Amino acid sequence: MSEEKNDRLESSNGDVSRRQFLKGLGGGIAVTGVLATATETETEAHPAPEPASASAVQRLRGKVRVRLNINGQEMTALVEPRTTLLNTLRDHLDLTGAKKVCDRGSCGCCTVLVNDKPVYSCMMLAVDAQGKKITTVEGLGTPEKMSPVQEAFVEHDALMCGFCTPGFVVSCTALLQKNRNPSLEDVKKACSGNVCRCGTYPHIFEAALAAAKKMRGA
Amino acid sequence: MPGWKKPSENSVLGKPTPRLDGPDKATGRAKYAYDINLPGLLHGMILRSPHAHAEIESIDASAAEKMPGVKAVIITAKAGDRMRFQGQEIGAVAAETIERAEDAIRAIKVRYKVLPHVVHESVAMKPGAPVVRNNDQTNLSEPNRTERGNVTAGFAAAKTISEGSYGCEVRTHLPLETHGVTCRWDGPDKLTCWASTQGVFSVRDELANALGIQPASNVTVITEVMGGGFGSKFGAGYEGVICARLAKAANAPVKLMLTRYEEQLAVGNERSGHMKIRIGADAEGKITAMEATIHGSGGIAGAGVPFPYIYPVENVKVEQRSVYMHTGPSRAWRAPGHTVASFLMECALEDLAIKAGIDPLELRLKNDPTPMRQKQWREGARLIGWERRNPRPGQGPLAGNGRYRRGLGCGAAIWGGGGGPGSQCRVTINRDGTVLVEIGVQDIGTGTRTYCGMIAAEELGIPLKSVRASIGKTYLGYGVPSGGSVTTASTAPAVKRAAEAAKKSLLEQVAPQMGVSPDDLECAGGKVFSRTDPAKSVSFKEACARLGMEGAVGNGTWARELQQSGVAGAQFAEVSVDIETGHVKVLKIVALQDGGVILNPLTFKSQINGGVIMGIGMALFEDRHMCQITGRMVNPNMEFYQIPGTMEMPEFVSVPFENPDATGVTGIGEPPVIPTAAAIRNAVLNATGAYVNTAPITPARVLQALADARRRG
Repeated sequence: MSEEKNDRLESSNGDVSRRQFLKGLGGGIAVTGVLATATETETEAHPAPEPASASAVQRLRGKVRVRLNINGQEMTALVEPRTTLLNTLRDHLDLTGAKKVCDRGSCGCCTVLVNDKPVYSCMMLAVDAQGKKITTVEGLGTPEKMSPVQEAFVEHDALMCGFCTPGFVVSCTALLQKNRNPSLEDVKKACSGNVCRCGTYPHIFEAALAAAKKMRGA
Repeated sequence: MPGWKKPSENSVLGKPTPRLDGPDKATGRAKYAYDINLPGLLHGMILRSPHAHAEIESIDASAAEKMPGVKAVIITAKAGDRMRFQGQEIGAVAAETIERAEDAIRAIKVRYKVLPHVVHESVAMKPGAPVVRNNDQTNLSEPNRTERGNVTAGFAAAKTISEGSYGCEVRTHLPLETHGVTCRWDGPDKLTCWASTQGVFSVRDELANALGIQPASNVTVITEVMGGGFGSKFGAGYEGVICARLAKAANAPVKLMLTRYEEQLAVGNERSGHMKIRIGADAEGKITAMEATIHGSGGIAGAGVPFPYIYPVENVKVEQRSVYMHTGPSRAWRAPGHTVASFLMECALEDLAIKAGIDPLELRLKNDPTPMRQKQWREGARLIGWERRNPRPGQGPLAGNGRYRRGLGCGAAIWGGGGGPGSQCRVTINRDGTVLVEIGVQDIGTGTRTYCGMIAAEELGIPLKSVRASIGKTYLGYGVPSGGSVTTASTAPAVKRAAEAAKKSLLEQVAPQMGVSPDDLECAGGKVFSRTDPAKSVSFKEACARLGMEGAVGNGTWARELQQSGVAGAQFAEVSVDIETGHVKVLKIVALQDGGVILNPLTFKSQINGGVIMGIGMALFEDRHMCQITGRMVNPNMEFYQIPGTMEMPEFVSVPFENPDATGVTGIGEPPVIPTAAAIRNAVLNATGAYVNTAPITPARVLQALADARRRG
């Protein structure tokens, strides 16, 4: 079990480690065993086959234990069938990089990669995310070893308050994975599902184009 | 005491510098109030009135209290209470998950006696309209008058008199991180609160006061990073206080962050402003008189704008009134009142210039006494290519005869941006050669943390990576609330003085060992060396190793001479208007902004861009739609309350305008948002001949104005 350093900014969060928090929830990375406080029905949710057939429909109620592949690790969480992937990441697995802003698919701040495609995690249920490869902004790089996109965001000041930043980083990463040489227009389109209120767009464009150039080795 | 060095002498300050917290933000590690997870954390949610105007008949929370996972229910309203806007608070719950908190809110039964409401200015102003405030006869406040000179004589001296009506709608702040806090009690009267705020100390004092905690320092407020405020996030608010109360009642930490729906209704907006004006100019284009009546609404709160704006007018009669309505109260804004005042003033000026047959830029140059802005007007005109402007509205080679018509427009900004006293900074030079800057002030996304580090690095002649800046905590020295663009001018001087004091202590401690007088020592280039005998030199790190256990510590407070107030700005817009659909596309914005001594040109530029983009939102999209039939907001979300996105971005020419006479730092978070909307409106007029006099400039308004223009011929 790896321990994320989530108190880099200062010691203010220092008395609360991610490990402690996850322990309290009875969830976390696959090693977690039994749930101490389960008083309600617990269902095991299975990944839905694709495409879903009528006979494969599973009725879920109470709480369900979901198994998710996040940033290359198997993780489990005890959630409700209605719990979104976003709330699961943030409230159950302490992966708070994806932000909750509109919670209805109109801002892009909760964008994660699901099987390498950018997806609004507020618009996907955790039970539906099982069996898929999920990558959050935390999985793209660390403050010590940032991805080229993350590095370019910092260098070009493509962030101000920073609340939209994870979503933009994920969208730009998805773009550069399929288009090594994007135009300014390509970057604008790839990020058209993300919004920023501080007004960082021009610097985001610069950062995405610079990252593409760097990744091409140009 | 020394001032700021000249830009050419700096090695850290004045250089484009990426943010210290950039890596944490870009990798999702930065922890906002919304991201704080604690063992046993509960999730809070607030119950709000769905009605614009109603009396509560009864509240029954018994079902909610019994629901599984619900740990606390607090009802603050009572039967007989009057609800005066959709979104007014009634009570709150805390539950194990956010989903269950939402269930519990739905399970609270409130019976309302629904009362007649007014949510449009025009309806609220009608005689006999339901009155919003208890002791008033009408919804119109007493007038606030500005009168000087002799208006009658002024108009008599005018060669041209222009009359018009102009207006701006209500906008919402829409910070991406909603208002809210995470609260944990560390004892019966000891509270830790992670807040999304522009003022950690104002939140602390409000919490201590509301919860009866003494001393106030028993409340610790922490804001390492926060997701935007734009004037709406100074206090703890209902959400902060109720969260602390829920945490106490449940005996567990609680996170309470508003949903987007609540955010749009209840925690602030920018007031509307609607004006009727007569304005006159003499043959030279000098304004001789103005007479205006203005009304605006801040919902249940008041309204008002600074007017006349920017351009001094000798003979003035302005009458302003607030219109009260059953909508959420307004709060401060990014340049509160100024964006509205700018729109009203610059539109009126533009139309006056056209009527007088004078180049609108020429008219501004004639009436604008600010030397800095005179330079900015001329430089901006050069950068946008003002000579390409259509000589008459809608007619010229730039406009052309096709479906897409191009035009140019401009507008101006004014702001203070000076600082104030109170800030207390401590700089500690450690024995390992690292440096810690500590000051309680929060960084609302402007780059405060970064320049705090840069100032210490510059002063001590060391690289920025050796410096850590610890900010955003009320147990550190006082820092001002981030409003009025005062943060930098209040904070930076204290940091500089603290760094100087720490340096003095370092030099005094190492001077005897180096066999020189402290006055002879200097810190630069990572070294401590003698000015008179360069052979006597040690690395900064070696010097630090010679310090005592306590290192070298310096404290600093605000220094008036290190800051200054008063900035100017000018902006030019080029737009393309689709005359078939009424769609406006902004092609280019030239924004010139001076700002005293510029600490970090990279974040300075980000502030200019950010202001302009918010200005584009005001110009084209942002409008809080209220439904007069239901009393409810039609767009309390982000799909129908639109802000500019990537596809709406023009080309930016953002120019940090050097001020060679600057001796002090100045904040510029606000001025760049002020003139954008007016510049765009005037460009639309130049492109098409359509007078769109109300922002936002929607396609419907453009088409209407085009039709009006055709009718006039």
